[in-house]
Amino acid sequence: MSTLEHWLQRYNAGRDTLPGAGVPWLDALREEAIMRFADEGWPSNRLENWRHTSLTLLEERSFAAAAAPLTAAAVVQGLRRDDDGAAGGHWLVFVDGRHAPALSDIGALPAGAQIRALADVLATRPEWVEGHFGTADDGASPAALNAALAADGAFVRLARGVTLEAPLHLVFIGGVREDASLVRNLVIAEANAEATIVEHYVGAEPAAAGSAASAGALSNAVTRIAAGHDARITHLKLQEEGRNTVHLAAIDAVQARGSVFASHSLSFGAQLARNDIATRFEGEGCEALLNGLFHVDGRRHVDHHTRIDHAQPRGTSREFYRGVLDGAGRGVFAGRILVAPGAVRTDAMQRADNLLLSAQAEADARPELEIYADDVKCAHGATVGQIDEDSLFYLRTRGLDETHARNLLTYAFAAEVLARIGLAPLKRRAQAAIRARLPGGELMEAL
Amino acid sequence: MNAPTKPIEAFLEREYPAGFVTALEADALPKGLSEDVIRRISEKKGEPDWLLDWRLEAYRRWLTMTPPSWAQVSFAPIDYQDIVYYSAPKRKADAPKSLDEVDPELLRTYEKLGVPLHERARLAGVAVDAVFDSVSVATTFKKQLGEHGIIFCSFSEAVKEHPELVRQYLGTVVPQGDNFYAALNSAVFSDGSFVYIPKGVRCPMELSTYFRINARDTGQFERTLIIADEGATVSYLEGCTAPMRDENQLHAAVVELVALEGAHIKYSTVQNWYPGDKDGKGGIYNFVTKRGDCRGARSHISWTQVETGSAITWKYPSVLLRGDDSVGEFYSVALTNHRQQADTGSKMTHIGRNTKSTILSKGISAGHGSNTFRGLVRVTPKAVGARNYTQCDSLLIGERCAAHTFPTIEVRHPSARVEHEATTSRIGEDQLFYAMQRGLTAEDAVSMIVSGFCKEVFKELPMEFAVEAQKLLGVSLEGSVG
Repeated sequence: MSTLEHWLQRYNAGRDTLPGAGVPWLDALREEAIMRFADEGWPSNRLENWRHTSLTLLEERSFAAAAAPLTAAAVVQGLRRDDDGAAGGHWLVFVDGRHAPALSDIGALPAGAQIRALADVLATRPEWVEGHFGTADDGASPAALNAALAADGAFVRLARGVTLEAPLHLVFIGGVREDASLVRNLVIAEANAEATIVEHYVGAEPAAAGSAASAGALSNAVTRIAAGHDARITHLKLQEEGRNTVHLAAIDAVQARGSVFASHSLSFGAQLARNDIATRFEGEGCEALLNGLFHVDGRRHVDHHTRIDHAQPRGTSREFYRGVLDGAGRGVFAGRILVAPGAVRTDAMQRADNLLLSAQAEADARPELEIYADDVKCAHGATVGQIDEDSLFYLRTRGLDETHARNLLTYAFAAEVLARIGLAPLKRRAQAAIRARLPGGELMEAL
Repeated sequence: MNAPTKPIEAFLEREYPAGFVTALEADALPKGLSEDVIRRISEKKGEPDWLLDWRLEAYRRWLTMTPPSWAQVSFAPIDYQDIVYYSAPKRKADAPKSLDEVDPELLRTYEKLGVPLHERARLAGVAVDAVFDSVSVATTFKKQLGEHGIIFCSFSEAVKEHPELVRQYLGTVVPQGDNFYAALNSAVFSDGSFVYIPKGVRCPMELSTYFRINARDTGQFERTLIIADEGATVSYLEGCTAPMRDENQLHAAVVELVALEGAHIKYSTVQNWYPGDKDGKGGIYNFVTKRGDCRGARSHISWTQVETGSAITWKYPSVLLRGDDSVGEFYSVALTNHRQQADTGSKMTHIGRNTKSTILSKGISAGHGSNTFRGLVRVTPKAVGARNYTQCDSLLIGERCAAHTFPTIEVRHPSARVEHEATTSRIGEDQLFYAMQRGLTAEDAVSMIVSGFCKEVFKELPMEFAVEAQKLLGVSLEGSVG
């Protein structure tokens, strides 16, 4: 059951055992957040920001752990194998929203770098978290539910000038024993720090594939990133939840002067996935790249909502989102670029492209510009279309049959997004994920 | 329909002897809105019962609705009981008697626009009969149109003379309960234009409200209905091409276009209502619902608008592309200066097969002006082969202006091709520098750059309108550079 009472009961039953319970500011914040959630409920499409994605279905849905749960160890092993040997990277693994120390491998860290489970930090040093935890008013009501109930997540702090050479992998495995996992990740990068953070969301497939009635899990994640002066943070999210999972995620970044933030969001799984990605330029000369790719088929639904807040002058932002829609899938993209008064010399560009492969798929796009300054350069573009007949014809003259030609062009459409991912192993991993999903993907590998 | 008429009759009988007759003599009804006021409007206009019922139904719907709040505009809530909903033409005695009595600033504006002298007089509200015989002009055109079977008259006249046509089409494109302002209009609309082009007729001239003298005094709630029968073609100019001195605050009009098979309707607007003064005091709230229905195959509806006036503009000319191979177009220039706010755009709904639509919007913001493009392109699940191209560009002049773009695309058919492009930029310093080193003043240079920016839209306007629109932009931008 997912009615509001269910969550209120859950909160009431668990609030005294949540990590950090008893810390006054945290208790107050959680209380306020759950009240807000109780007040607002799940967002419905009467809200402008949720016009194309209503969560009211959650009110009637029941969640359950998977009948054939994943073996968390096997998942982690698989991911690490894909990642070019076990030597690379720092691994922090969460099962059903709780840190699994046995599966984690943080490895050697440079001085000034801290990577810990949030629950430990809340229990032992809550004052480290206080200014970074966020508030009950952040985001929409699912983020408030997260603020009230999230018991764990990653806590990453990089002191001034610290560079994390190898990527930090955060692995979230859901629906193993519990029906819901709520995680909250905090990334605090001080001046000149540099890191690449990868979030993997992996879920179990339902026992009887395709039977929509079988209950899935709820995955609710909030990641908050604070980038100090000239810090460089690359964030990659690979969402491969189970087909019955509802995945609700928010990524909130705040950037100080001269910082660079790149977000790559690859959304391939889940029955319904909603990603709210936002960044705010709080100093001059910030840069942001928001890059994303999603694939839907069956009756799945993926929604990306982005917001880039150019609050200060001389900011640059680039945004590229692509969607491949098959079956009766639905893809939603809504991106807002906001240029505040006085944010001169802003240079913002946004593109959203959708490729429709079937007659029942639906694509909705809302690229929005809100501009209150005159010395700016802003552009956005959105397209919805199908495979270009001329390109198809060209490939056929070269001897490819229609199916292969279509698959190749679909793959090429998706691959453009991957080209922007800097790290080779991650790019390969993303390519493999796409190949596994697109029709005829295994043949692409040979090409 | 019979049920509600009975109490209405009873009501009228009760009211009639008590002062209703004297009310008829007066210029305007008292402020406020109620079923009684609507009955009186209908009564004054001598309307048939079905139209009164239609108005009352709209009013009852309106009562249940709330004003839309999603637009990017801000204004104090409107007191709908503080508005005069019916005002007959002012008596000649109140109007200025000659041009000497007209506000000289107003006359200077006309001069800049190049409005002919007798037009200037008419627009300023001078008793025109002495200046030039407008009545005969109107009748000449009427005769010429009559030869082709074209009906072009005021809405009230159409209700009396062609009730079957009005009844058949009224509210079929914009229903009574379509939105808050449309419902209000449906309840209290005072007058407007009615056009019917018979089968296969190509209208021999551009129809314009200019030609029809009674259009000048239509109130703030006008209703226009244009029907192009199979294979007919018409171009209609909605004119308020010079600043109207209008004290009214709210202007809630409804325009309905119906294009049957193979018909072609082109609707052009140059809107320059009073925008308020530099500090945003006064001005018109222009809350208009305009929609075209491409009902037949191969029909074509094209909206062209140049919006430079009004304190607040809330307007989304739309096209329902129902017929196969039908085409919808929207070309717009919207300029906001000083404290003006405009939230405008278009809605294209693709329903038939192989339908095409184009949206081309140019927004210019200067001073404290705020300009918003809001669009919706919807491809329904049966709209095979739909094609849309949308381009909206914003030009910023001055550091306190705002420009927003909120397009929505909803595609439910894989054969659709939908493209949206938007840019926002300011007039480049290098562009200005280049023009000025060729000897142009800063103001002329800006006006030239702006004309270039709007060229694609202006070329859609009929010739005379395009010239006026260009001059209008120049006038509206005055004082924004420097």
